[in-house]
Amino acid sequence: MSFLTVKNINKSFGNTEVLRGIDFSLEKGEVVSIIGSSGSGKTTLLRCLNFLEIADVGEITVDGETVFKAERGQVFSDKELRDKRSRFGLVFQSFNLFPQYTALDNLTLAPRLRLDERAKREKMSAAQKREETAKIRARADELLEQVGLTEKAGFYPCQLSGGQQQRVAIARALMLSPDILCFDEPTSALDPELTGEVLRVIRSLKDSERTMIIVTHEMEFARHVSDKVIFMADGVIEEAGTPEEVFGNPQSEKTKAFLAHDK
Amino acid sequence: MALFWEVTVSLLKGFGTTCSIFGLTLVLALPLGLLISFGTMSKFRPIKAVFKTFVWIIRGVPLMLQLFVVFYVPGFVFGMPIASRFVATIIAFVINYACYFSEIYRAGIEAIPVGQTEAGEVLGMTKWQIFRKVIFMQVVKRIIPPMGNEIITLVKDTALARVIAVTEIIWRAEQFTSRALIWPLFYTAVFYLAFVGALTLLFGRAEKKLGYYKV
Ligand SMILES: Nc1ncnc2c1ncn2[C@@H]1O[C@H](COP(=O)(O)OP(=O)(O)OP(=O)(O)O)[C@@H](O)[C@H]1O
Ligand SMILES: [Mg+2]
Repeated sequence: MSFLTVKNINKSFGNTEVLRGIDFSLEKGEVVSIIGSSGSGKTTLLRCLNFLEIADVGEITVDGETVFKAERGQVFSDKELRDKRSRFGLVFQSFNLFPQYTALDNLTLAPRLRLDERAKREKMSAAQKREETAKIRARADELLEQVGLTEKAGFYPCQLSGGQQQRVAIARALMLSPDILCFDEPTSALDPELTGEVLRVIRSLKDSERTMIIVTHEMEFARHVSDKVIFMADGVIEEAGTPEEVFGNPQSEKTKAFLAHDK
Repeated sequence: MALFWEVTVSLLKGFGTTCSIFGLTLVLALPLGLLISFGTMSKFRPIKAVFKTFVWIIRGVPLMLQLFVVFYVPGFVFGMPIASRFVATIIAFVINYACYFSEIYRAGIEAIPVGQTEAGEVLGMTKWQIFRKVIFMQVVKRIIPPMGNEIITLVKDTALARVIAVTEIIWRAEQFTSRALIWPLFYTAVFYLAFVGALTLLFGRAEKKLGYYKV
C-alpha cells in the first residue's frame, strides 16, 4: 500500500474534460515532478488534491485513509473540506502572500487562528495558550531560517523580491506540516535570475518524511530532484517513470515531442 | 453683531441635527451595506435577484422621494404614522446609503484576487476567518477613496431632510428669509466646508496609514 494513492481522477468544467482518469501513487518521502504542455491539466490535478476543485470521479487515499471518494452531486461543508485539506499543502505560482501581513505574520496567521479554536474547545488557560503561541513563533523562526529569510521576518510582501516572496510562501505552507506538499510552477512567475534560490530551497526540503509533488517547466531541476517524473498530456498521464527513463529514454511520441521542443 | 450671533447659534443648532443625521446614517449604513453586498454576491440566485432588484430601486429613485415614502406611507397606507420626522429621515438615509455602500463593498471585494481566498483555504482557514483576517483589510484599503467620496456626498445630502421639515441647518437658515435675511443661507456653506474639509483630512490620513502595504 503506497502512502498516497490517486485513483481514476476525472474532472470536467462544463463540457471540457480536463482530467481523464489520473492514476498514480507515491511512497512517503518521494518527490514527483509533473511535466507537460500548457493546458494538459497539471494545475487542475493539484487543485483537486487540495480540494480547491472537487473531482467528479476518483478516489484519494493517504496513509491508508480514504480522504476522498467521488460520489455524484456531493457537496462538502467548510469543515469537511478543512479536514480533507489538512494532509496537503500547496505553493502557488503567484505566491498569494497576504499583503497586509509581514513575512512572519504570513507564517503564523493560520496556525494562530487554529490555536484560538483549539484553546476555546479545550478551555486552555492563558498560560498554556501563551506557551502554544510561543511554539508557533519558534516554528516560524525556524522555517524562515530554513528558507534563508530570518532578516526579512518583519518585511511586508511588497518589500520583498519575487524569489523572497515565494520562499516565504513555501515556509508558510510548511507551518502546518502537511504530509504532501504540492508546488504549482513555483518559479514561473520569477525572473530567471531568481529561480535558482527558490529551486535550492525546494531541493533542501527533500527528506524522508516529506512527500512532494512539483509541477514544473524546469527540466534540469525535475531531472535532478525527483524520484519520479510524470508527463501529462490532454488530461491523462502519458508516461511515468524515473527521471532516467522519462528524460533518457522516453517511450511515447508525445513525450519525445514535448522534450525535444523544450530543449 | 447681536443678529450675527443669533444666526450663528440657530445655525449651530441646525448643524447639530445635520451632524446627527450624518453620524447615525454612517454608523448604521456601513454595516448594513456590507450585509447587502453579501446578498448581491450570493451564489443562491433568488437571493441575489432580490437584493439586486432592491439596490436598483433604491439607487434608481431620488432620495427625496424615498424620504416622502418613509414619512407618509406608514401613516396613510397602514394607519401607523411614523414616530418622528427625524426617525423617518434616518430610515430613508440608512437604506439609501447602505445600497450605495453595498456597491462599493461589492466592487472592493470582487477586486481581491481569488488567490487570496484559495491561499487561506489551503492553509485550513474557515471562510469567515479568511474574510475577517485576509480579505476585509484589503477591501478597506481599496474602498477608502470611493467611500470618502460617497461620505462627502452624504454630508450635503442631509440637507434633503428639510423637505419633511427636519430642522437641519438649511431649514434653520431658511427661517431667516421671512425676515428678509438671505445671507444666513450662504453662511451655511461655511459649516459644510469646514466639515468636509475635516473629513478630507481624515480620509487622507487613513489612506496614508494603510499605505504600508500594497494590494
Ligand atoms: N475553472 C475552469 N473553468 C473552465 N475551464 C478550466 C478551468 N480551469 C481550467 N480549465 C481548463 O482546463 C484545462 C487545463 O488547465 P490547467 O490549468 O490544469 O492546465 P495546466 O497544465 O496547468 O497548464 P499551464 O502549464 O498553462 O499552467 C485548460 O484548457 C483550461 O482552460
Ligand atoms: Mg498550470
